[in-house]
Amino acid sequence: MTAGSLGSQGFAYQAIGAATLLALFVASLFVGVGELAIGSLASDPEALRLIMISRLPRTLAALLAGSALAIAGLVMQTLARNRFVEPSTAGTAQSAALGILVVTLVWPDASLGWKAAGAAVTALAGTSVFLMLAHRLPPTQPFLVPLFGLVYGGVIGAAAIFAAWHLDLLQYLEVWMTGEFSGILRGRYELLWVAGALVVLAWWTADRLTMLSLGRDVSIGLGLNYAAMLRLGLVIVSAITALTVVVVGTIPFVGLVAPNIVSRFAGENLRHTLPWVAGGGAALVLACDIMGRLIRFPYEVPVGTILGVVGAVLFLALLLGRNSND
Amino acid sequence: MIEIAGVSLALGGSRILDNVSLTVPKGGVTALVGPNGAGKSSLLSLIARLRPLQSGRITVDGLPVDTTPSRQLARIMAILRQDPGVASRLRVAELVGFGRFPHNRGRLTAKDREIIAASLEQFDLSDLALRFIDTLSGGQRQRALVAMTFCQGTDYILLDEPLNNLDMFHARNLMRTLRRIADEHGKTVLIVLHDINHAASYADRIVAMKDGAVIASGETGDIIRPDILESIFGFSMRVENIAGRLTVLHHA
Repeated sequence: MTAGSLGSQGFAYQAIGAATLLALFVASLFVGVGELAIGSLASDPEALRLIMISRLPRTLAALLAGSALAIAGLVMQTLARNRFVEPSTAGTAQSAALGILVVTLVWPDASLGWKAAGAAVTALAGTSVFLMLAHRLPPTQPFLVPLFGLVYGGVIGAAAIFAAWHLDLLQYLEVWMTGEFSGILRGRYELLWVAGALVVLAWWTADRLTMLSLGRDVSIGLGLNYAAMLRLGLVIVSAITALTVVVVGTIPFVGLVAPNIVSRFAGENLRHTLPWVAGGGAALVLACDIMGRLIRFPYEVPVGTILGVVGAVLFLALLLGRNSND
Repeated sequence: MIEIAGVSLALGGSRILDNVSLTVPKGGVTALVGPNGAGKSSLLSLIARLRPLQSGRITVDGLPVDTTPSRQLARIMAILRQDPGVASRLRVAELVGFGRFPHNRGRLTAKDREIIAASLEQFDLSDLALRFIDTLSGGQRQRALVAMTFCQGTDYILLDEPLNNLDMFHARNLMRTLRRIADEHGKTVLIVLHDINHAASYADRIVAMKDGAVIASGETGDIIRPDILESIFGFSMRVENIAGRLTVLHHA
């Protein structure tokens, strides 16, 4: 009766999706400057070392960051009740960068974990203010919310740049503002598992998130603790954004493109679509990271740059094709 | 029984409800009528705990709406506000299925599926069950929302102008369905209506509001009278008994 029970067809799609993700995962393990052939794994201990220290962490980081960012976008769209906002454009990522800057300033030796915690706090504050203001905008003008988000994110981003410039920390800021995986090694990405755990948490609350998207009155009428659910959503968005900004930097468009593509084909009953959104985000980031490694081989183009282009094209295609469904 | 005692509401400095007291007995259809801005929707929102109570007291089946856990209330009372602006891309069957959430917390049982299928059938939605709600017409979407409200299976059903967007066939179908569940299952329906003739035909009781106060309340036959209708709506209209039904000729 629902999308999840369309029978063999649904199963076929799931199989194709899983196979695609697996293929990208394997490809990501074997694409890079260091020579690595699949056959050498068994005989060559150096090859195994390369995989375990560099390639596998990098691939897992892309997988975790991609799925988590897609879910952060999805949850943020649910909170704002607007399909065109995401953390990297509406001030969450910028607030997180500002937070890391502050932590770096007052406590230069802080570990990655503490930086992430500081970033999460400012991201939470920045996103709360965004949502508070966005809820006041007239619902009859759906494009006002993302436009306001761009301005809001721009202002916070500019404040971060201004502060960094004054403190001579611009090159640090650059690292957090541009997402890339080339620096990921074992021991440098594990925080992202926390983001992965937040994806699982989002899935666990999928029904309640869907109800949130039905609006305040309907969800209260159905007995949902609306305010508590809003707060949980805010925490998920802020923590995921902070963790990814600290570990890999800002990766744009994933949170916009993955949920919108899935919504187009499968709707927004998150219990069924949330795994697709997470998988789609992971596949998108993995594919773009592999592309970044190949385009100027042996040099690398940061994944944030690749996604800036690919994501923008995909998003425009989505916008233009919006009225041709069903 | 819904008991409202001394309820006042002020929003942004203006008084929306002024010391309203009202008892809606258990069972039957009660219509809430009155001109625009009378405070009908606000009163409904307060009963359904969609708005915090500023003063006074409201209980449903003896449960105070401001302190009873929302989940518990959702099992005895369902509310459909006018134009809740549901924009999610859910399929009709999925949306209607969320009506069961207060009972099953998201895990559909065989009985839930039966109730969902019956609600879809009841509101002529079976053929649209797999359509996304953002592809429906306004009237079809309204029926889907009504079906979700029914699916909640509560003893108390609060509806705010549910006939909006509905064509004659589906408006009549909804009113007859309300009448039937009230008669056969003892449900209590509190419904805001603008068409006074729908109230005259289907309601057991009518509560009339004006300027934030209840100005008349009683059996339908006692309210559908020219003098009382004029005091509510501000113009005189004839009331005729046509084929055994009280009919208000308000178009003249």
